[in-house]
Amino acid sequence: MDLVTTALAGNRRAIARLMTLIENGQEAARNAIAQLYPYTGRAYLIGVTGSPGAGKSTLVSQLARAYRSAERRVGIVAVDPTSPFSGGAILGDRVRMRDLFTDPSVFVRSMASRGNLGGLARATADVVKVLDATGFDPILIETVGTGQAELDIAQLAHTVVVVVAPGMGDDIQAIKAGILEIADVLVVNKSDCTDAERTAAALEMMLELGSGHGARRSALSSDFMRVAADDASQSAAAATDHWHPLLVKTCALVGEGIAELVEAIAHHRQYLETTQELGLRDLTRLVNELERIVRDDLMKALLNGIDQVSLSDLVARVVAREIDPQTAARQLIG
Amino acid sequence: MLVAKPGLDGHDRGAKVVARALRDAGMEVIYTGLRQTPEMIAEAALQEDVNVVGLSVLSGAHLALLPRIAELLRQNGMDDVLLIAGGIIPDEDVPQLKQAGVHAVFGPGASTQAIADFIRSHVRI
Repeated sequence: MDLVTTALAGNRRAIARLMTLIENGQEAARNAIAQLYPYTGRAYLIGVTGSPGAGKSTLVSQLARAYRSAERRVGIVAVDPTSPFSGGAILGDRVRMRDLFTDPSVFVRSMASRGNLGGLARATADVVKVLDATGFDPILIETVGTGQAELDIAQLAHTVVVVVAPGMGDDIQAIKAGILEIADVLVVNKSDCTDAERTAAALEMMLELGSGHGARRSALSSDFMRVAADDASQSAAAATDHWHPLLVKTCALVGEGIAELVEAIAHHRQYLETTQELGLRDLTRLVNELERIVRDDLMKALLNGIDQVSLSDLVARVVAREIDPQTAARQLIG
Repeated sequence: MLVAKPGLDGHDRGAKVVARALRDAGMEVIYTGLRQTPEMIAEAALQEDVNVVGLSVLSGAHLALLPRIAELLRQNGMDDVLLIAGGIIPDEDVPQLKQAGVHAVFGPGASTQAIADFIRSHVRI
């Protein structure tokens, strides 16, 4: 039996090896994904993001426990950063998830970001597909500790949970663009801290000002999207009632507020399902994925067709200011 | 690779130093933390599909814990995983551990460079 068949039958070793194959971008991975793809699209994807130390891993661990007590099979993909200097990484998210390790209905996979800047690894979406196809639902996706601009998770997850720790800064931070804008559910974690109320109040204020949520999908999507998606789905997005992000206070360490968080996520899911947002999110995600693959493959094909010498000549001319990068690029593409 | 501390001793400074050094040597190191059972370690190694498992034991329970982990890895079909150990392990116990499937033991004073070199020369990627 091949690896995909064995994985689909539920063999954990096969699932893990398939993920490695995909993560390392081997050619065999393409066939594997093609085989898996018809089985995907069933799992609900929950993204958890926020700054380093906000409590993402602890929260994910608590969420997993909550879903386990509802007899769900839970998949977890946790991403930590790769060192830009050595290429190495410390993947430490498992430290907070220790009580899940030997539960056969939980599968935890750590990933290094490997130079990707959007808060996820390049292969994260495909690793999630493996869990989806092999029957894990929901799948919790934990990003690297993020700052203000790592927004890939908004493309991948159905519901995005942004975790904020108290004392994150004054209320001007709360009205900046970026990570807070992609939250479907906002969590103020470490609610036992003295600053928690103030942080929650600042975020409440931001939420009351309203969010540009309906516009977000199309703003994040690409030229490709504008061509590929028909007008109907675009206008459906505009017409949809806007989702007002929910705010939940948790103390993940002791499990406080987790039931409320699970409920908020369910509430958001219901919203996605009753409006046309769910289908639109899938559409956006898949169009973006298609675009990325096309871009990568075109680049590869282009590089194959250019010999090393003429490329370094061209680069040398750009460096010497003899030719500008725009013109050089046009020459390369021909 | 996976770095884990089986058993009950609560000192993971050494394990963290090794994890950090191997990060700087360009490896992806999954650190699972303290007080792991052999079952937890074997399952983590399986899910993460690692090439190397590094175990740190300071408590003196190495003769009980390490062969058990080696056995569980084999049961999971992970015979090809490089299993190395460190911590306080008396020289006279090393032959017994090697026979049980531990590939190398690095005691106090072993340089992290030596550990990284050993891993590089024994893992096919």
